Amino acid sequence: MSVLARIPKARIAQLHRPALAVQARRHRSAPAYPGHIPLNAFENAFLAVGSGIAALLNPRRGDMVAALGETTGHCALPGLLDQMLSSPEGRRVLKERPRVNTHTIALDTLRALPPNTFGRTYANWLDRTGVTPDTRSPVHYIADPEQAYVMQRYRECHDFYHALFGFPVSVQYELALKVFEALHFGLPMAYFSALLGPLRVNGEQRLMLVRDYVPWTMRVAAECKPLIGVYWEERWEQDLAEMKRELGVWDPPVQPKWGKRLTEADKEAARAKAAAAAENDLGAAGEHPPNTT
Amino acid sequence: MNSLKSALRPRRLSRRRGHLLAGPSCRPLHTTPTRQDEPSTTHFGFKTVGTTDKEPMVQSVFSNVASKYDVMNDAMSLYTHRLWKDDFVSSLDPGRKGPLNCLDVAGGTGDIALRILDHAREKYADRETKVTMVDLNPEMLQEGRKRFKITMYHNTPQIDFHVANAQTLPEDIFPSNSADLYTIAFGIRNCTSIPEVLQSAYRVLKPGGVFACLEFSMPTNPLFRRVYDEYSFSIIPLLGTILASDRESYQYLVESIRKFPSQPEFAQMIRDAGFTTGEDKDGDGGAWRGLFGGIASIHSGVKVQ
Repeated sequence: MSVLARIPKARIAQLHRPALAVQARRHRSAPAYPGHIPLNAFENAFLAVGSGIAALLNPRRGDMVAALGETTGHCALPGLLDQMLSSPEGRRVLKERPRVNTHTIALDTLRALPPNTFGRTYANWLDRTGVTPDTRSPVHYIADPEQAYVMQRYRECHDFYHALFGFPVSVQYELALKVFEALHFGLPMAYFSALLGPLRVNGEQRLMLVRDYVPWTMRVAAECKPLIGVYWEERWEQDLAEMKRELGVWDPPVQPKWGKRLTEADKEAARAKAAAAAENDLGAAGEHPPNTT
Repeated sequence: MNSLKSALRPRRLSRRRGHLLAGPSCRPLHTTPTRQDEPSTTHFGFKTVGTTDKEPMVQSVFSNVASKYDVMNDAMSLYTHRLWKDDFVSSLDPGRKGPLNCLDVAGGTGDIALRILDHAREKYADRETKVTMVDLNPEMLQEGRKRFKITMYHNTPQIDFHVANAQTLPEDIFPSNSADLYTIAFGIRNCTSIPEVLQSAYRVLKPGGVFACLEFSMPTNPLFRRVYDEYSFSIIPLLGTILASDRESYQYLVESIRKFPSQPEFAQMIRDAGFTTGEDKDGDGGAWRGLFGGIASIHSGVKVQ
């Protein structure tokens, strides 16, 4: 059987194009959205395996964790898209495509809101943990633009769940949240993190995780409203307790333990102290102090 | 292995002595090679860019890849690049006729320079051969310095490093007619103007000096070429993403291989610069020798006068 007979007819037409076009990737389709890198099935599998190994060996490789999520997400993303489309709020999210970053979130406005509102809670959480809304990498490897947006939204809303439950960013709470995401959203990447993550924490933290948080997580994930369709940016002024009731979530049985409370005042004091130390160095050495911010 | 000796044998050479001898049976010497750029634009992979823009873009590619260059080479070629470089240097056989003054251009992380020095030392007990490594990119040269620091050549007169452009090697540091051997491995396709590199090489080499270029080429077998294309465009950018978090640089790499002139065209360009090469064929007595079915080729020429 000739080689040509096995190639789909559409591609045979492409083979007759001039030489320069043949040099290019024949079956790489055009990008569907900015930043899209189309992959065929083999490349998708290769990247899934490769990024999985890279992420296991070095969990700090955020780009590899993201790539693993995207290359394995195609089973769960259509379902999530349907969930988003099933409510008017979710449909508004999909239509308006809000993004979460420092340009779209006016932190000062949120800080000025009354306490116990969701917006103020979120702003406080950002200040306490020192996280910025900018830490989520863009989606590259998902073919359908709507599913790509759902993936992007899932990534960017992670911090909202932190604020909702009052979890700090230490590892056992991240894992509890990963378990929640795995069970609630069904994304394979969340399952990987939830199953493999506990192997990297010490025994006491693992015990705390399993005893205190996992049972609660499992129930909340099963019983709450689909969070992918929540338009968080419309709810800044909503009272937090009321929001939790509406969404069907409730607080964990054990209060999350935060580390040292680093409020804005403490940060200001630390900055002043560093500046004073730099002044002393300047006086002593007669040189410019290093940049201390 | 014998291609260089064959190139030096007097019979059946295509001699391109100089423009004075151009006759009706010789190819015109000042032909601009067909694949070469229009004066104001050139290619950067599959993109078309201004001629002056290419150099900084190549610079940034190599600054990005410098720290992981060797790891990526091993991964992408499954270690075969080491075999190619070993073959390249042993076919040149440096040290056989006494100590050489070598110029390794686009030397980068020092693979060829180190092999030249080791070959001369191990095979001919030659500790006088000198290699000057030249690279346009300071980060790559820094990786080369680091590599040499762990060898016995560190701080000896046998190795020297310079940041310079292969197209315009400065005459004060690289005087004319001073080098016995000029090597450029996997570097010439990144240069904006290949004829200028070749002219610069011609100037710097002594009469009797050898120009040797190891470079990627396209396999001649169409089926193998198809497999190679698939591998190049699918796997290599993904390896770049996974190992080096850098897809763009490796996409540029595979595209630049396709834009490089074919083996006969490049052989003609070498002749146009004034070198004498073997015949227009692959293998013994030929102007080039293909490796691994044509994935890489070693082109060589001699400056006769």
